[in-house]
Amino acid sequence: MSTSEAVVSARSISKTFGKGGVNALQDIDLEVGQGEFISLIGPSGCGKSTLLRVIGDLVEPSSGEILVNGKSAHRARLDRDYGIVFQAAVLYDWRTVAKNIALPLELMGYDRATRAGRVRELLHLMELDGFEKHYPWQLSGGMQQRVSIARALSFSPALLLMDEPFGALDEMTRERLNVELLRIWAELGSTVIFVTHSISEAVYLSTRVVVMSPRPGRITSVVPIDLPQPRTFETREDPRFFELVTQVREALHAGGAEL
Amino acid sequence: MWDALRVTSRIGSAAARIAVLVLVLLGLWALWEGYRALWEETGWTRPFRVNATTMPHLHDIVGALFDPLREGEPLLARFMLDAALFTAKEAAVGFAIGAAIGFLLGALIARFAVLQRGVMPYIIASQTIPILAIAPIVVVGLGNVSILGWTPKDWMRVAVIAAYLTFFPVTVNTVRGLRSADPAAVELMESYAAGEWAVFWKLRVPASLPYLFSAFKVAATASVVGAVIGELPSSIQSGLGGWIINFNQYYALDPENLWAVNLVAALLGISFFLVVVLVEKLVVHRPPEILV
Repeated sequence: MSTSEAVVSARSISKTFGKGGVNALQDIDLEVGQGEFISLIGPSGCGKSTLLRVIGDLVEPSSGEILVNGKSAHRARLDRDYGIVFQAAVLYDWRTVAKNIALPLELMGYDRATRAGRVRELLHLMELDGFEKHYPWQLSGGMQQRVSIARALSFSPALLLMDEPFGALDEMTRERLNVELLRIWAELGSTVIFVTHSISEAVYLSTRVVVMSPRPGRITSVVPIDLPQPRTFETREDPRFFELVTQVREALHAGGAEL
Repeated sequence: MWDALRVTSRIGSAAARIAVLVLVLLGLWALWEGYRALWEETGWTRPFRVNATTMPHLHDIVGALFDPLREGEPLLARFMLDAALFTAKEAAVGFAIGAAIGFLLGALIARFAVLQRGVMPYIIASQTIPILAIAPIVVVGLGNVSILGWTPKDWMRVAVIAAYLTFFPVTVNTVRGLRSADPAAVELMESYAAGEWAVFWKLRVPASLPYLFSAFKVAATASVVGAVIGELPSSIQSGLGGWIINFNQYYALDPENLWAVNLVAALLGISFFLVVVLVEKLVVHRPPEILV
């Protein structure tokens, strides 16, 4: 992969919190190409969420350089290059589903007609048709998270940053949303950076799995996932899938993770 | 089918509410009249002797509203209605001014942390001064103020007292409410590169609404009290305060009248409260368990 088509290019990123405090990140190098699906995996405290926030310019690195689409992360944030999805859906209780999805578009000054059209597309894409007038607290956790993803996609950001988006959901909902996320990723050709605790989720979704370990937070290995696309429910029963899960698990152990 | 069920259950819950209201009113009536009867029967004098002057019958109090004060004059209720509307105007304008000032102060304090220490003590101190001491100074004092030949009308000066009682709960709850926004929601706004105004209007203010409405409920009743008290030192005769002074002087003769005007003042305060509740229902969309 040549640097010119890199969406994210991080060079020796370090982050220390507090005076002489915790080394959250140390010497992180990471390149993410256009259309890749990258998972960051590691035990608690390995800095995977911090790395995601550094890339999204929500946390400033202590040292190192980060480029997003060839510009600084700060510039990229001001250019609205990021769509972010957190573990909690973080929907606004006082807005309907449609108005939650339209929030970024409103902030970015799109007119009413454009907003309405875009919201309709996204409701359809996320299979939320008919729920546009509902309030978030009238939806299940899984549906709330789908609204949150629709909101992140609403302005077609260059990069989708997802911080354990399905971590709070039950296994069944989680697997269904995994399939949907891959469908959308393939349909839109977006670039995704995805933080997770789950090895099988990381293997199932990603083109590459980035394994991290704590104290100090660093990348210990990168596992390319060569499972065929598109991935389906059967992918999880593919022998190659189990091999890759084992490979990632071993990489986590080698990194000193206590699993 | 489901809609039909929902409608029936809504009617059912409305009926239940009315039933509770009637029961509570009956209970209060029974308490009052029962207490009266017991104390009169036994002749107990503690804590006070019960008779038609100290505790008129409830039906006499309500009845007083439907008697003319003097032969050939309109019913007392007629005067009470006019007085209540006059006081309501003072209270409503005072509420609006107080809420606006309260919100502005709260917003400034929430935004600039220095102000919390610098201004908050004075705001609290303002509320420790007895309103009865402030009222004459403000109401009589403002009567001597002239701005380009214009002097504030009587009721406007009273509205200032109502505002004085209104702004405090609004300020305190605005500060809390504006700071109540979910930090993740703030981060989300940052990720959209939203400006400070956008964060304020689209996140912080809506997040503060349940807090604001709690304050409005307290402030709504306080504004009525403020308006009544504001009328006392200024010899304003058109409001409920004027009637209270008047009936106070004739209490030994017609105790029911004072009780009746108090009843009207209470009803006015309750209607203010209910208006706030109604507006909250229309404006604030939240999971039902959050709304009180």
